[in-house]
This record gives sequence, C-alpha cells and structure tokens, in this order.
Amino acid sequence: MELRTDLALISEWINENSHVLDLGCGDGTLLAHLRDARSVTGYGLEIDDDNIISCVQTGVNVIHTDLNQGLSDFNDDSFDYVVMTQAIQTILQPDLLLMEMLRVGRQGIVTFPNFGHWRARSSLFFGGIMPISRALPSKWYETGNIHLCTLLDFEELCYQLDIEVLQRAVVDTKHRTSWSMRLLPNVFGKIALYRLRSKPVKRILPR
Amino acid sequence: MPDILPPDCVGLVTSQTYRFDKTPLSLDCGRSLSSYELVYETYGTLNKDHSNAILICHALSSDHHAAGYYNMQDKKPGWWETCIGPGKPIDTNRFFVVCPNNLGGCKGSTGPTSINPDTNKPYGPDFPIVTVRDWVKSQARLGDMLGISQWLAVIGGSLGGMQALQWAIDYPKHLRYCVIIAAAPKLTAQNIAFNEVARQAILSDPDFHKGHYYQHNTIPEQGLMLARMLGHITYLSDVAMREKFGRELREGKLNFGFDVEFQVESYLRYQGRSFADRFDANTYLLMTKALDYFDPALEHDNNLSDALAKVMAKFLVISFTSDWRFSSARSREIVKALLDNKKNVSYAEVTSHDGHDAFLMPIPHFIQVFKSYMQNTE
Repeated sequence: MELRTDLALISEWINENSHVLDLGCGDGTLLAHLRDARSVTGYGLEIDDDNIISCVQTGVNVIHTDLNQGLSDFNDDSFDYVVMTQAIQTILQPDLLLMEMLRVGRQGIVTFPNFGHWRARSSLFFGGIMPISRALPSKWYETGNIHLCTLLDFEELCYQLDIEVLQRAVVDTKHRTSWSMRLLPNVFGKIALYRLRSKPVKRILPR
Repeated sequence: MPDILPPDCVGLVTSQTYRFDKTPLSLDCGRSLSSYELVYETYGTLNKDHSNAILICHALSSDHHAAGYYNMQDKKPGWWETCIGPGKPIDTNRFFVVCPNNLGGCKGSTGPTSINPDTNKPYGPDFPIVTVRDWVKSQARLGDMLGISQWLAVIGGSLGGMQALQWAIDYPKHLRYCVIIAAAPKLTAQNIAFNEVARQAILSDPDFHKGHYYQHNTIPEQGLMLARMLGHITYLSDVAMREKFGRELREGKLNFGFDVEFQVESYLRYQGRSFADRFDANTYLLMTKALDYFDPALEHDNNLSDALAKVMAKFLVISFTSDWRFSSARSREIVKALLDNKKNVSYAEVTSHDGHDAFLMPIPHFIQVFKSYMQNTE
C-alpha cells in the first residue's frame, strides 16, 4: 500500500533508530512504516476505538489518549521526534500542545491542511462558502477541524512561541511539489509540513 | 449449561492437583510452607517446544475454574468463559492455558480450610498471610513442574492483573507478554477502607469464633454475606445498578418495613448468601490482605518506574471507563511507569457501564483489542 502523501515525506525526515511519539497516530501506518523501514521505536496516541484496534493488529504500541488533556504522562526530552500529522487543526488548544510536543520531544514534526490554498481562498471569495476539498472533506457543521490555519498563521505562532522552523515543505495531496508551490507556498501548497524545535535559550550577556 | 456445548467453549474440564513438598516455600511474612498443594486447570495443548503456555491469574473471589463445564448438568461455565476458548482472545486452539487456585484459597489449593500437618486440624486463622509475591513464586514452581520455562503470556484481571505485573517484575525472563486488565499498581486508602469494612463484617460475626468456626460447626454467614454485598456494590457502577434494578419494588408496593422491598436489596442479599455458601471467610480475609499489601513500588522509594525498570515483557493494559474500584487513572499509572522505561506497551480504555466487573463481560471493543493483541503474540 502506498504511504499517505505527508507520511512518506515525514519518514524521510526521521533518522534511523530514533524514538518517536505519534500524536493522533490513526491506524498506525506511519509508525509501522518507520519501524519496518527505519528501525524506529515509539508509541502512537489515539482516541478512536477502531484505530486502536488497527494499531494493535499492526503491532504498533498504541496508548489510548485524549490529546486535549496534554502530554503529562511523558517526561521532558523523552523522544527524538514528536509527530502530529493532520491533527493540529482538531485540537482545542493547539498552541499549548505545540509547546508540549517540544517539551517531550527534541524535535517536532507537524503537518496540516493549508487553509491559505488558492482553492480555499477562492471558495470563500467567489463562492462565499466554506471550502471543501480532498484535504478538507467535511462540511462546516460536521468538521472536527476547529483551528484551521494558513502557513503564515502557523509561522507567526511559532515565532510567538519561540519555536524554530528547521525545515518546511508544501505538497499537494499526491505528494507532488511544483515551482508554483515553491514560489507561493501559502497559495499553492495544499498540505504543509514543518520540522520544528524550541529555540535554544538565549544567554543574556552583561552590558 | 447449554444442551450442546458451543463450538467456542473448551468443553468439559477436570482439575488436577499437585503437591509441592521438596523445597519449603518461604513467604513474605517470614513463615514458610513445607508442603502445599495447588489445584489447577489446563485448556488446550502444550506444544513441542513448550512455547505456547499462558498463565491465568485469578481475582479476589474466583478460582482455577476459568473456562468450560465440569459436567453437562453444570449451570455456569468457568469465570472467564468470555475470553478463554477456541477462537476467543485466549484461543485454546493455539495456546495451552493454565489457571491455578491461589495459595490460601478455598477451592482446593492449600489454605485455611486445609489440615495443618503440625496440628492435624484445619489451619483456620493460623494460615500465614500470603502476598501477591508469594502467589507468583508458587505459580513459578507450578510452571517448573509443568515444564514451562517461559510463559508466552501471564494474564489477569483485577487482583489477577496485579499478579501478572508482579510476574513481570520478579521473573522478567520468564514471560514474553503481560496482560493487565482492570488493575492498579497498589490500592488507594479508599480501596483499603472498603476491604477493612468487609473484614470487620466477618470478624465481628459471633459465628466467626476468631477464625476457628470449623470446630464449632458453623460459618460466619452473616459477616461473609455483608462483606460480599459491600464488595459487589464496588464492582458495579451507578449506571449499571440503575439499569439493572432502578427503584423497582419486588411486590410492587412499599410495605413500610425492613424486609426486602427493592429489587436491588433482593439481588445483593442473594449474591451475599450464595457467596457465603461457596466461599471461606478466612480465605476472604487473606485475599483482601494480599490486595492491601500489594505495592511493588514500595521497595523502590515508591517509584513505580524504578520498580518496572527491569521488566522485559511486552504489555497490554486495559481499563474500563465506569470502573471506580480500579479506575482508568490507576491503569495509566502502570502505563506511565512503562513509558518512562521505554517498554513496549499498548493501552486501551474501554467504554463500558459495567463497572469493575466489565473485565468478565463480552464487551465487543474489549474482546477485539484483547483478541487482536493475542493474535500478534509470538
């Protein structure tokens, strides 16, 4: 089976033999792939019963967790990477969870559907309706996406939280990238991927 | 018992008894048992390299009869019929399952009702207080006797889950998987308080005779009944009791007296009485003490993560949302200690209204998680 667009790219960002926490791990596809292809260990956090069963069937360590309760069961720096794919927009307090990710992990990897994509913009601008696309398939009243953002929004939040962007990629739902995406990522990128870490604490030098 | 045995039942079973008298079993309390018997049942077939054996540890008031029927007239199957049998989570087509009755029990293993060889009288209250660690040690000897040097899995619910956890700590190399269901890493003050009320009910029964009731040809029936009634309330949830009984009256009207009026009273009294008929009061006292004493973190400065640092098994931990006796938060303590040590663990919190007793029920998500996990064991 082909790996989902963003998952394939993420697995290239993760070093072999690392310890990974996957927030909202779904059916465990990413962790199973990382385990088989890159000897990665770790855990998936998931709340959906069927997904938990899928993870157990795949042999992925899965912990029933409500991400809105934070990551208090995990110690500081206990993972090489904390990954959250296409879930940040469903979280009640995404800013707090982002900080939690970078407390628990040395690096964070976040992917989300870009609400600044031109189709979303034109849907609102010309159609006057909330956008529906492959990346955002649900109607406004039934969507779990309560905190959608654009690339600019996300990067602004990172700046506010003293989070350093180590790497960024934008792709479409088929994992392709193009010159237009590279030129205007916030307009043409459907899915945004970020690799992050907390900015090292600046030493205050005496004047 | 059904007229025809269902295909997913282990069928008719018999128990076996083995006497251990070569090496005395030294106990946590400082005493030792020079000779003791364990009664156990097995289901399924041990494979050639003895690598498919599963140990089932039982809870407070259950025993070695975990699955199947003794004869075609039996009204009820073993206590974990929902999970043990062909095609069930503990699949007897694949696994060889061993379930012993714990030491101190009253269903065939040496306990307070057994004859003390030193006095030729029943042990009664003189039977040493055994701990979860003592049980695990005695189970390890049973494994040796059966030629099982490593269990594929040790599995238990409630107090049984505590034994499974103790197994992983005490004999890390002797099990590959550890399944802990509806358990806790130690009791809370509230848990101990419930046990204490249960014990006081028994101890204050005039028929208890300081535990020597066998000699007086009586049993502390009222005390044991009360203890069980109290216990039973803590095994159910508010919702489950409401659904089952509501405020239903037995005779449809209030009688303005203290006889049984509400269905729930009738149910509790029935449960209490039938328990008093089949269970020994001294054993009940012992088992509740074993629960109270269980605390593997104690010798590690109360740090459970340290206590679990050397475990090698892969873990599955399961809890139930309406279990207030051992709530999900208690299971998460075990999970957290395993996460701290980067051990392999999966955890499922199963939505259920059945309270603590949920681990005995055929709840689809529970059964599916459990079954999927066991299918992946190797």
